[in-house]
Amino acid sequence: MKSIALRIVLFILAPMLNRTSKKYPAFRDEARLHDCVLQIKTKNNQIGRHYFFKDGRVRSVAGVHPSPDAAIVFKNVDIAMQTLRPDAEMAFKVHAVKNFLMTIEGSDSIANWILKLLQRMNYEGFKFGEKMPDGCMRYTTVTNGGPLHVHVRDGKIIRMTPIEFAEDDAASWTIKARGREFKPKRQTTVAPHGCSMKSTVYSDGRLLHPMKRVDFDPDGERNPQNRGISGYERISWDEALDIVANEIKRQKKKYGPGALLLQHCSHHQWGNVGYYLSAMMRFGNLIGYTRMAMNPDSWEGWYWGAQHHVGFTQRVGTPPSYGTLEDCLQEAEQIVFWSSDPESTNASYAAFESTPRRLWAKELGFDFVHIDPHYNPTAQLLGGKWIPIKPTTDPALAIAIMYVWATEGLYDKDYVAERTTGFDEWRDYLLGTDDGVPKTPEWQESETGVAARDVRALARSWAKKKTYLSCGMSGTGFGGACRGATGTQWARCMILMMAMQGWGKPGINMGGLIGGSPVDLQFYFPGYADGGISGDLNFTGSAISNYQRMPHILTVNPCMQQVPKQKIPEAIIDGEAEGYLWDGMSQEGQFVPFQYPLPGFSPIHMIYRYGSSAFSTTTNSGRFAKSYRHDSIEFVVNQTIFMEGEAQFADVILPACSNLERWDIGEWNSAGGYGLHNTEVLNHRVIALQHKCIEPLGESRSDYRIFTEILERLGMGAVFTEGCGELDWAKRIFDSSDLPKHISWKEFVRKGYFVVPAEYEESLRPPVSMRWFAEGRKKDVPEPHPLPSQWAEDFGYGVHTPSGKIEFVPEILKRNEETHPERPALNRYIPSWEGPRTKELVDRFPLQMIATHSRYSFHTYSDGSSFTNQIKDHRTQIDGQYYWIMRLSPEDAEARGIEQNDLVKVFNDRGAVICAADISHLVKTGVAKSYESSASYEVLQINGEEVEVGGSLNILTPERPQVPGTHSMSPNSTLVQVEKYRHAGELMKTRAA
Amino acid sequence: MKKWNLIIDVEKGVDFINAVLSAKDEYVGNEHPGYSAPVALESSDIVTIERKVRGETPVVDAVNVLRMCNHCDDAPCMKAGGNAVKKRDDGIVIIDPEKARGRKDIVDACPYDAIVWNEELQLPQSWTFDAHLLDQGWDKPRCIAACASGGIEAVKITDDEMRKRAEDEQLEVMKPELDTKPRIYYRNLYRYNTVLVGGTVTCENDTVDDCVEGATATLIAQGFEESVVETDEFGEFRFDRVAPNTGSCEILISCDGYATQSISVDVQDSKYIGVVRLERL
Repeated sequence: MKSIALRIVLFILAPMLNRTSKKYPAFRDEARLHDCVLQIKTKNNQIGRHYFFKDGRVRSVAGVHPSPDAAIVFKNVDIAMQTLRPDAEMAFKVHAVKNFLMTIEGSDSIANWILKLLQRMNYEGFKFGEKMPDGCMRYTTVTNGGPLHVHVRDGKIIRMTPIEFAEDDAASWTIKARGREFKPKRQTTVAPHGCSMKSTVYSDGRLLHPMKRVDFDPDGERNPQNRGISGYERISWDEALDIVANEIKRQKKKYGPGALLLQHCSHHQWGNVGYYLSAMMRFGNLIGYTRMAMNPDSWEGWYWGAQHHVGFTQRVGTPPSYGTLEDCLQEAEQIVFWSSDPESTNASYAAFESTPRRLWAKELGFDFVHIDPHYNPTAQLLGGKWIPIKPTTDPALAIAIMYVWATEGLYDKDYVAERTTGFDEWRDYLLGTDDGVPKTPEWQESETGVAARDVRALARSWAKKKTYLSCGMSGTGFGGACRGATGTQWARCMILMMAMQGWGKPGINMGGLIGGSPVDLQFYFPGYADGGISGDLNFTGSAISNYQRMPHILTVNPCMQQVPKQKIPEAIIDGEAEGYLWDGMSQEGQFVPFQYPLPGFSPIHMIYRYGSSAFSTTTNSGRFAKSYRHDSIEFVVNQTIFMEGEAQFADVILPACSNLERWDIGEWNSAGGYGLHNTEVLNHRVIALQHKCIEPLGESRSDYRIFTEILERLGMGAVFTEGCGELDWAKRIFDSSDLPKHISWKEFVRKGYFVVPAEYEESLRPPVSMRWFAEGRKKDVPEPHPLPSQWAEDFGYGVHTPSGKIEFVPEILKRNEETHPERPALNRYIPSWEGPRTKELVDRFPLQMIATHSRYSFHTYSDGSSFTNQIKDHRTQIDGQYYWIMRLSPEDAEARGIEQNDLVKVFNDRGAVICAADISHLVKTGVAKSYESSASYEVLQINGEEVEVGGSLNILTPERPQVPGTHSMSPNSTLVQVEKYRHAGELMKTRAA
Repeated sequence: MKKWNLIIDVEKGVDFINAVLSAKDEYVGNEHPGYSAPVALESSDIVTIERKVRGETPVVDAVNVLRMCNHCDDAPCMKAGGNAVKKRDDGIVIIDPEKARGRKDIVDACPYDAIVWNEELQLPQSWTFDAHLLDQGWDKPRCIAACASGGIEAVKITDDEMRKRAEDEQLEVMKPELDTKPRIYYRNLYRYNTVLVGGTVTCENDTVDDCVEGATATLIAQGFEESVVETDEFGEFRFDRVAPNTGSCEILISCDGYATQSISVDVQDSKYIGVVRLERL
């Protein structure tokens, strides 16, 4: 019986393909790609049928063909029927493949093509997007700056707009506070880099053809010394892919595992299929590579410092925000923003979602304080007290505030007694009992530049009012002061201040109305760090839910060698480097050193660089140019969208298309992994099909296709794709989520987006973060943290420290003090090793430079877009060329004879960058304020001096870790001198030429 | 007859850059036949923002003022342009993308510098209030959704209704003295066109310097009491909405238990007068 059924299934396959071809020209075009013979059969050859593909038509004949181009072979009739039935379970199919119940024989690329063609029959003829009155098709996409509608006409993007919700989209939440009701606007918001996305897609910097460096010959002279110098010539895709595939094979044979370094940035274009933690990781695991061990670059001080006092290890040391939006609006009276500028940092990907909430607070009469060397855009919007501070001295200010609290009795004594340990020791330090130096407001004045009277006024105000403390990008951490030499000290102080004020009591918490929104956090859709299609269970969050909910073939990188991201140049040039683990499982993981090279593994001889440029996101980045040119690096391939700073160092460039030119699926602002529930920063959760809005520009191809075609050359194409195209994977991700309970796939791909219903019932909303702790109850917020083994006492009681209490002098640092003396358990103020107290340096480089997260690009993404370049607060156009902006105080500018829009040289011993000066009272005297993340790296010789003119300020920042024994970065502790550039005329002439 | 107007709150300009970028997105390289020819990238500032910083560290503030075609009812560009510039019944001013070719004088006619010159097309161009979209059924121009923080409002009401709103809500227009009757209104424009004078009041308290909260600061200009404010918990006072170039003023600082102090200042632009230290009586 089953045999007959299988014969029928095999018989109807050809007519089905032909019917689809006849009806849909696009399908026919795809079916025309190969003329070939496909065999489908049982392993014992008893049942089989072969298919002749010719010019897009299929003819089938029963029986076994003697020499098919490709064959799909099932162990028996049962397996074949279970796999081929229309409602076959993906878990079974994956099981069949993993256990060789179903195998592929013959040409990998033809098998891969046929499998994808079969998948495509499932949705051919579906409507994608909606027709608009002006003839445009309206599609959807998701960017790092928010989801967008994309209007397309004649294959060209006409406009991109925020998504305004339809009436039948889920209702918005309401918050009741102080007799008023607050509701968000019925739309998505968009960050500036999302607004300029069209010009990013059509940027002049787009790479449109595969290219090879002119003096690179894979079979002869490779000339590594000319990387970044010699130009490029166009080559065909076949040639480019052959070079890359052959080089992977050659390196494997010659050096073995470890020779290939797969290097990428911390972010990527949005989408769960195309994200680097998804397709790239799957590709990498299939070829094996030396892993670039990332440092917790945005979390530094929280990870290496703050977590030891209170935990939150699985959030990399930053506390959660559950319930704080309502609590803050209902209870608090004041918000202190400390190195926190949500209007510029947009909660990372959340655009201006939280801006209206801060305006609600302003309407409710909140007081605001801004501690920052820059009167930043958040301060500009809200007003309040500005406390300009010298960069890196923030812990001294915090300690002096705590001194006032301790001496004037302005702290929560019951909370300190019941919920904390070690306060007496800490108080002795504040009062100077232990070292003879009372940490008075006067003590800190010369250190921080903050008047002692302001410290007293702030300390008293803070203690008198119910105050929220907003730190960094999320309000509970990330960026800013945690990324300087004193970053660990500062983040530790923030936790201690919260402990002294009764953290978790009504109106007393962390945050700046950035997170804690009452969206439904339990509606499942995977975030980008949940691994996507990677199948990687070791270095993504896939194992938590994604791997079970979306059955797919797991992949593993068997190469144990890692190289610390911040020390890649040393690893290559000196041949060795040491790092420390970034581990979210335990507080102890970070004390574990690792070495490069690892015994038994090859040093790096090939760099597979994936996407964007790190010259302006990694410290002292001129080092990377040197390492790219090192003899030991025999091959560099760069797969990227734009000709950015690092692309010019490649031997072969593979042009990828943007995510507007390929299929994907994603949820706005959803990270998953260490960013559990981070959609709580949104007003509405929005999940979108990321339509392939236009065809890839030029010859560019999707990352997924590039990986597939390299792996086909290694015989692993079908293992990589599992027979799926990008849209098929999007469907599998859709199926794995809670979406099918609410919307059909067919409707989803037409409409493009889904608004997740909010948590309307107040009693079901997450409780306020830390309220359970303040009240001595069992933990009740919906985070499965820390791991069960990490609770010292009863499961669910207390925070993640040995005592279960907030520890003023952490036990874990005490235990490790002998090996890590630079991180003393008692959080003493240690001035920056590059800062106001390093006199010899200050004499030569008297200004403190901070280059914070860019307001107008997403790190390097969208920088280089023509619209972004024209933003007058982003770059300044002088004589037809754009220059990065350095913000100076009028006093510093005048002392140097610098006027508005003058070209200035910003320099120290590490290099020189030419910027345009922007002079205003918004910057503290003594500070040079800019943004990181220029995508451009352009080094010129002007008048015998090497200067960088693209704005890569990170060539000036120190490569030193914040404290020894950590793998951390400290870009915000940089001393520079700024002078009016004397060779401006010559520079302009050179750049114009 | 209901007509379009825009109300811009300069205090909420944190996301106004999105209006600038959205205008580039809508007009650069896009032709809207009958409304506008493609705007050239290099002259695409048909919507711009101007930063205004007032005061000095640490008493300082800053706003972004959004500027674009004012769609004036008595538009100088129409006077100069003749039939090359037309006024629609809904108040929107359109520079005709055909008839205005070669008319650089139309650029020069605008007292707000809101018209750009497209060198390649030899065409004056401005922001059309997204009229092509409104005519297709959009209910507002793109800048509204792009700047979702609520700083821009588009209203289609009669001129009488708009006049009343402007009066009730103290809305202002740019360069009212020109009497061009702009349709772009501003809220909180004092942050742009008036002066801020600040200072800090301190006293000695148990041998240390402390901020004085609740001291009274009075600004006297040309003998008239201009403004009275109280210091906050950081001892700071701010006189706002002071007329630029007010000239010589006197600031009196008084507080119970302390000797009143008088400071002479010359107020031309915004300034921070520094720390005033009170002496106990």
